[in-house]
Amino acid sequence: MSHHNLNTLTAVELGELLAAGEISSVALTQACLDRIESVDPGVKAFLSVDREDALSQARASDERRAAGQPLGPLDGIPIALKDIVAVTGQPLTCASKMLENFVSPYDATAVHKLKEAGAVLFGRLNMDEFAMGSSTENSAFGRTSNPWDLDRVPGGSSGGSAASVAAAETVLSLGSDTGGSIRQPAAFCGTVGLKPTYGRISRYGLVAFASSLDQIGPFTRCVEDAAMFLDAACGHDPKDSTSLPGLETNFLEGMKNHRDRPWKIGVPKEFFAEGLDPEVRASVESAIQFYKESGCTVEEVSLPHSSYAVPVYYILATAEASSNLARYDGIRYGHRSSEATDGIDLYYKSRGEGFGEEVKRRIMLGTYVLSSGYYDAYYLKAQKVRSLIRKDFDDAFSKVDCLIGPATPTVAFRAGEKTDDPLSMYLSDVYTISANLAGLPAMSLPCGMSSDGCPIGLQVISPVLQEAEMLAVAKRFEEAHPYSGIVAPSNGKAGSAS
Amino acid sequence: MNPEQSIDLDRLCVLARLSLTPEEKEKLGPQLARIIGYVEQLNEVDVDGIEPMAHAIPMENVLRKDEATPLVDREKYLKNAPASRASQVVVPPVIEG
Amino acid sequence: MKYEAVIGLEVHVQLKTNSKMFTSVPHGFGNEPNRLIDPVVMALPGSLPVINREAVAKSIQVGMLLGCDIAEVCKWDRKNYFYPDSPKNYQISQYDQPLCLNGLVEIELAGPSRSEEGPHRKVKLTRIHLEEDVGKLTHFEQDSLVDYNRAGTPLIEIVTEPDIYSADEAFAFLTALRRILVYAGISDCDMEKGQLRCDANISIRPVGTTTLGTKVELKNLNSISGVRNGVAYEIARQNQVLAEGGSLVQETRRWDADRNMTTSMRTKEEAHDYRYFPDPDLMPVSVSEEWKAELAKDLPEVPFDRQRRYQQEFDLPYSSASVLISDRMLADFFESAVEFGGSPALLANFVVNDLTRELSSGDEGVDLSNCKVQPQGLSELVKLVEENVISNQIAREVLGEMLKSGGNPRDIVKEKGLEQSSDEGELEALCREAIAANEKAVNQYREGNAKAINAVKGFVMKATKGKANPKVVNDLIERLVNE
Repeated sequence: MSHHNLNTLTAVELGELLAAGEISSVALTQACLDRIESVDPGVKAFLSVDREDALSQARASDERRAAGQPLGPLDGIPIALKDIVAVTGQPLTCASKMLENFVSPYDATAVHKLKEAGAVLFGRLNMDEFAMGSSTENSAFGRTSNPWDLDRVPGGSSGGSAASVAAAETVLSLGSDTGGSIRQPAAFCGTVGLKPTYGRISRYGLVAFASSLDQIGPFTRCVEDAAMFLDAACGHDPKDSTSLPGLETNFLEGMKNHRDRPWKIGVPKEFFAEGLDPEVRASVESAIQFYKESGCTVEEVSLPHSSYAVPVYYILATAEASSNLARYDGIRYGHRSSEATDGIDLYYKSRGEGFGEEVKRRIMLGTYVLSSGYYDAYYLKAQKVRSLIRKDFDDAFSKVDCLIGPATPTVAFRAGEKTDDPLSMYLSDVYTISANLAGLPAMSLPCGMSSDGCPIGLQVISPVLQEAEMLAVAKRFEEAHPYSGIVAPSNGKAGSAS
Repeated sequence: MNPEQSIDLDRLCVLARLSLTPEEKEKLGPQLARIIGYVEQLNEVDVDGIEPMAHAIPMENVLRKDEATPLVDREKYLKNAPASRASQVVVPPVIEG
Repeated sequence: MKYEAVIGLEVHVQLKTNSKMFTSVPHGFGNEPNRLIDPVVMALPGSLPVINREAVAKSIQVGMLLGCDIAEVCKWDRKNYFYPDSPKNYQISQYDQPLCLNGLVEIELAGPSRSEEGPHRKVKLTRIHLEEDVGKLTHFEQDSLVDYNRAGTPLIEIVTEPDIYSADEAFAFLTALRRILVYAGISDCDMEKGQLRCDANISIRPVGTTTLGTKVELKNLNSISGVRNGVAYEIARQNQVLAEGGSLVQETRRWDADRNMTTSMRTKEEAHDYRYFPDPDLMPVSVSEEWKAELAKDLPEVPFDRQRRYQQEFDLPYSSASVLISDRMLADFFESAVEFGGSPALLANFVVNDLTRELSSGDEGVDLSNCKVQPQGLSELVKLVEENVISNQIAREVLGEMLKSGGNPRDIVKEKGLEQSSDEGELEALCREAIAANEKAVNQYREGNAKAINAVKGFVMKATKGKANPKVVNDLIERLVNE
């Protein structure tokens, strides 16, 4: 195998090459850094890259391997990080002016676990400010472009994470998903993106947007890579009270064990209602056809309350966010206004200057729905409808093993297209939000391209804790439609791996 | 309720301790009204007897042992403070109240 | 018109745990600024709280001690408000499902004299919830400094019904509450260290009416006597305002102990809107019967129950029983000595009077728990008195020696030859000598001044260095004088 374009291979392939001694982690890491240098001026996936630190991690990995002591299948594999997880000594900006100069004094648990697995953790990936957005246009440091078409958005909020994998600037990346922030950009950029069951991966060190919905997950080129990431990152964390206890799962093995099951697949009819782009519909329907032909039973199911998912989400997520973001006051850290006349004025001005438009909008909305006199009508009501949404899934999963449908209603939209219409932006998460509300694992995998060359994503949603089954379902499609080494053209500078 | 009327932006700014420029307010007012109008479709849902859901995966009694960790290198948690003096964080004068 | 005061108290108590409420950083008073911090205490981005089991356990115990209904399930809510001493700008607290509801605190009001028991009554509690403390702000002219050492300390808030009707009752309430909490090892309740803090809601209303008057919230009551003085001042102030034809405003006032007055901090301008909602980072806590049973095992008898038992079971006078129960160490010491044997009344006397006096005038840092006299030794000593081996007076001398050397009282008595003399022959000779030497006093005695005879007795006791059996001496002198 040629060792050119190392950065375009999958982690599974690279792991084999590393194990065979055919390549070094330093060479692989350097290939990613070179690629960033050549394409990131156009894609702008990264806010910053500590090259020296990345290479020194790669050297340490190579030394471990030389000593016969690799830490596992991810040892030496570069993983780029959304700028929302804490890494000791690295910036943690959440793409906000508020945290422009913040340097984390501690590691997120997921970061700690990936470090222990030997991964080369590098870079700070662009995102919507504090993960609030669906296009990565809400970054205080400029928008990220979709590597397939630089005029389009990569999706969001983990737009940098999706774009960096699609543009082959890294092998894997880490993102976070509150209402679709992994699956929607994965679909827009043509990568695999997975949001685990709520509580699978510790949230300790993941900057909170909406605590009851946030989950960390991977962006990868293939389904197996996602399983490998989960193997390293999942596990109970005593520092996160919402972390699920005592679950030892080998996802890679589990996925293989479930390989040939005759799945009973549900197709939620509400996901094919108005607003779904015809090309996306056609592509997803052909994927459904594939499953039928490969021995699965497919039946239509209903999630009757799914149309309420977006309003429920925008009440609950903004309410939690209004409180989660109260800590950014310019006192212990963060942007401090130089105009403040006293300690109270400091709050108004520091927060007024430090937060961007969408963040302010959501803080105000969240403050409103919690405020005296409105709590029952909005917040409490939304919590109850959330129960109903969860119950819809329970009912569906009493009949089928998993659900499939589109990840997004459309392919990647053009930059600037929705920035003045927050509500239409919110609706781009219409198919992804319910899985967060119900705490379910869900993923997006590439299932086709639109006529104008934009990737289309297929979403799989599984019952709680059934990631291995979900991966197996996705794997079946992928085996028949394998990853071809095609990476996004990124302004025409990239091509396929030869 | 009519969202347009029920939104008191100035009051929300006070509660959220957030200053908005007049231009921001002009833009935000109608946007919030539209979003709130949109989320009011929840009114049509019958939630009689439905329990509110506060956690995605509910659990109980997630407790830790009362053990104290040794205190080493606490300075690093103060390093991001915009202003500090004598190991304390400096804020502009706060009127007691 | 005559007015009566109605008072409700909100008492905050720091719990005596090893670590903070939501993270494993130690807590305590008197550390260098910002030593007791970590990502959770500083509310760094991405940090998360985890509940301290012991803090919940201690709060349940408080509820049990005060007869509260312990919630089967309690949950955690965020109270949203901004202040520089609050790192997250929300406080994790309990809003609509607190750990404890209802409950009673028994109080004792002052009696006619210090040695007479006063009336008891029970003050109703509304609730007790668990939350976290805030940091500490120090104000300067140009700026303020924030120290987060205190932030995140486990804190319970005990809220009473408006069921306290005078400054003396408020004082009695806090005294009783503090004693229970210290007894059970819940908190040291040192008000100077801020371990116990109290706010009072005070209003007055015409006697005979039931609606509450305009409420004033009184803050900065930083000592138990401050509570009494502050509340008394505020009641008097409100009465005066009404007497002068004025009207009261709902406001927050501050007790200024130096100037001995309350001053207005703020009137009710912007109503608070704390936007409480369930904390998504924390799961509810359920309290099982098993857990309660396990916690009940460690609960002490509450002080007033103990006092009643001492008065009934040991026939102790109120004056000693009340002193004994004022301090758990004292009461435990006494009870332990009783178990080793000896008259409870005598033991109580020695504990309440002699031992405490000796200890308070002795070396710094020496108290009941570590002094050289332990319950068994005291019991031995009292037995010597009961067996007429030594007199009360000699016993005090022996006690002093025991505290110094740590010796056994019987050995000390033997070594120093302190046994009481009851040899009538020897004592008769001495008594005759004493009568001869105190002719004047004897004559006065014979003329009807009973007390005059004490000089004669004193002569004998002095000559025997106190070892003469006082009863034998008494009888002898009585006989000889009347010969």
